[in-house]
Amino acid sequence: MLKKSSFILTFVVSLAILAGSALAAPPIKIGGLFAVTGPASFLGEPERNTAQMVVNEINAAGGVKGRKLELIAYDTQGDATKAVQAANRLIKEDKVVAIIGPSTTGDTMAVIPVVEKAKIPMISCAAGSKITEPVKKWIFKTAQNDGLAVARIYGDLKRKNISKVAILTVSDGFGSSGREQLKAQARAYGIQIVSDDTYGPKDTDMTAQLTKIKGSGAQAVICWGTNPGPAVVSRNAKQLGLKLPLYMSHGVSSKKFIGLAGDAAEGILLPSGRVIVADLLSNSDRQKKSLLAFVKDYQKHYKAEGDHFGGHAWDAIMLLKGAIERGGDNPAAIRDQLERTRGFAGIGGVFSYSPSDHAGLTKDAFVLVEIRKQDFALVK
Amino acid sequence: MHIGQQIAQYLLSGLSTGAIYALIGVGFAIIHNATGIINFAQGEFVMLGGMFTVFFLTVLNLPLLVSVILAIAAATIVGVAFERLAIRPMKNASPISLVIITIGGSILIRGIAMLVWGKDTHAIETFSGNEPIQLGEATILPQHLWIFAVTTVVIICSKLYFNYTISGKAMRACAYNSRAAGLVGIDVRRMVLFSFAISSAMGSMAGIIIAPLTMTSYDVGVMLGLKGFCAAIIGGMSSGLGTVFGGVILGILESLGAGIFSSGYKDAIAFIILLIILFIRPQGLFAKGDTERV
Repeated sequence: MLKKSSFILTFVVSLAILAGSALAAPPIKIGGLFAVTGPASFLGEPERNTAQMVVNEINAAGGVKGRKLELIAYDTQGDATKAVQAANRLIKEDKVVAIIGPSTTGDTMAVIPVVEKAKIPMISCAAGSKITEPVKKWIFKTAQNDGLAVARIYGDLKRKNISKVAILTVSDGFGSSGREQLKAQARAYGIQIVSDDTYGPKDTDMTAQLTKIKGSGAQAVICWGTNPGPAVVSRNAKQLGLKLPLYMSHGVSSKKFIGLAGDAAEGILLPSGRVIVADLLSNSDRQKKSLLAFVKDYQKHYKAEGDHFGGHAWDAIMLLKGAIERGGDNPAAIRDQLERTRGFAGIGGVFSYSPSDHAGLTKDAFVLVEIRKQDFALVK
Repeated sequence: MHIGQQIAQYLLSGLSTGAIYALIGVGFAIIHNATGIINFAQGEFVMLGGMFTVFFLTVLNLPLLVSVILAIAAATIVGVAFERLAIRPMKNASPISLVIITIGGSILIRGIAMLVWGKDTHAIETFSGNEPIQLGEATILPQHLWIFAVTTVVIICSKLYFNYTISGKAMRACAYNSRAAGLVGIDVRRMVLFSFAISSAMGSMAGIIIAPLTMTSYDVGVMLGLKGFCAAIIGGMSSGLGTVFGGVILGILESLGAGIFSSGYKDAIAFIILLIILFIRPQGLFAKGDTERV
């Protein structure tokens, strides 16, 4: 009798221990690939910061279905070779269930074959449209395609009955992708590109290009680049007394640009994600809640304004969280659930993925803003 | 806007960028003439001038004039320290190893600037407003007048210094033959130190006066240094008018290339013409045969 009761006791105790260990289940590992240092650090640093911040918050609130998340992030330095090495490490050694990042299109394209082969879902934070066109089974992205920003600008030009534009793009990856999109979509909006010029990323004077544009009969100028080039372009345009409407890309949608261009920024129009105008949005805007939460959190943790780039990581983690909540922590299940995401209002826009669309956004992901009195204002 | 107006603007834009290249080029020439080496860290002094000014203006909230003076002083100290720590200890090193040392020095200075000041681009207020000035058919900014004025004053001062002062003449003596200069009692090492001090001060001055137009960041020195180097080469490594013409030719070629031909190839156009000049006149456009000018 004694033997039997001790047996039962042992059984119950071991059950209890098992249950206990199930409660403290191992964390769900998520990999991160961010270009924290190197030339693309302006992308990677806020992305890594945001990803860590969101993961900490999810864990503080009890994790996903009672299990904690663990972010294992590596620095790719914006170098495709390092990105591939880090991706292999995440998959083989760390055994992550999903990957966030990389930050740049180059890194992402290099990592895609590795991730596809290992059958691990990946949500890239880079903008290049070729990442999800054609659709790759395991690859998703959160950053808005350049093409959507072009569509925003062309839509506005069409509304104003402007048909002749001059484009001035920077001669790097961002600029040439923008230039391709600007040329490809022009016809659909009845727009004629009358002058097609470029400038170098380190150029300090663009008056020659702008003088040429002034003589080209263009009715508007579209400049495509990231700081500091566009600030030089705005200053030069003011110097030359160029009275044409000046459009910039979403590459300069931060207060930094206004600081650099100073007075010359006045009146410049640009497509932008909603982060920089979060507090100006109407309360009916579906993204407003997420946006304000993100901006406030980032300010609190890092003493800097949350930007679009951090937003891409915020969206990626939240999309993953949703997928894990619905489908569990198996990579294949996460992938299937990601693809079923509908109407998720994040930072970059309202995401709806489908088997034929792994970018998930429409041109509504961008709003058109104008710089007025050294601040951004929404253009209705 | 007809083609004549456009060309007027191209020429004026070219002239103003060319003046900047010239000022940077003169710094290259001075060190080259005193030591026989090309100081590839010259571009970094341009960067230091701009970045120190930003630092004094925005972090320490000093007035503009004080910031400018302090920035030139600080950059000069860096230049002197660079000579003492990296160039002077290399006794009997061949000029080519010294040139490589200056490349290393430029990477080090740039790296430190990145760590200390971060990777952001900074803007400085223009010295006298932003109202464009109409010159015939073309426009320039008041800041361009500052650039022309400073370049002119610096060139005149260096001319006077090298022709009419004892230390200037001593430096020229070192340039002709440093061994002979040593034998007649000129302290050659001190002259080399002087040349670094003068050229880093000049480089930083260039960096300061252009910062309101072009903005500044830790890595502006690379491209500007290269362009200044080209100006000095076209000018035959002269510390006077030759380099000024070299800079202006380069600036105008770039601007005409971008405006009339293709903006994508504007650097290529400028550098191809540089190569042609070097093929035809390897000693530079303005140098006379074998004689060296300081």
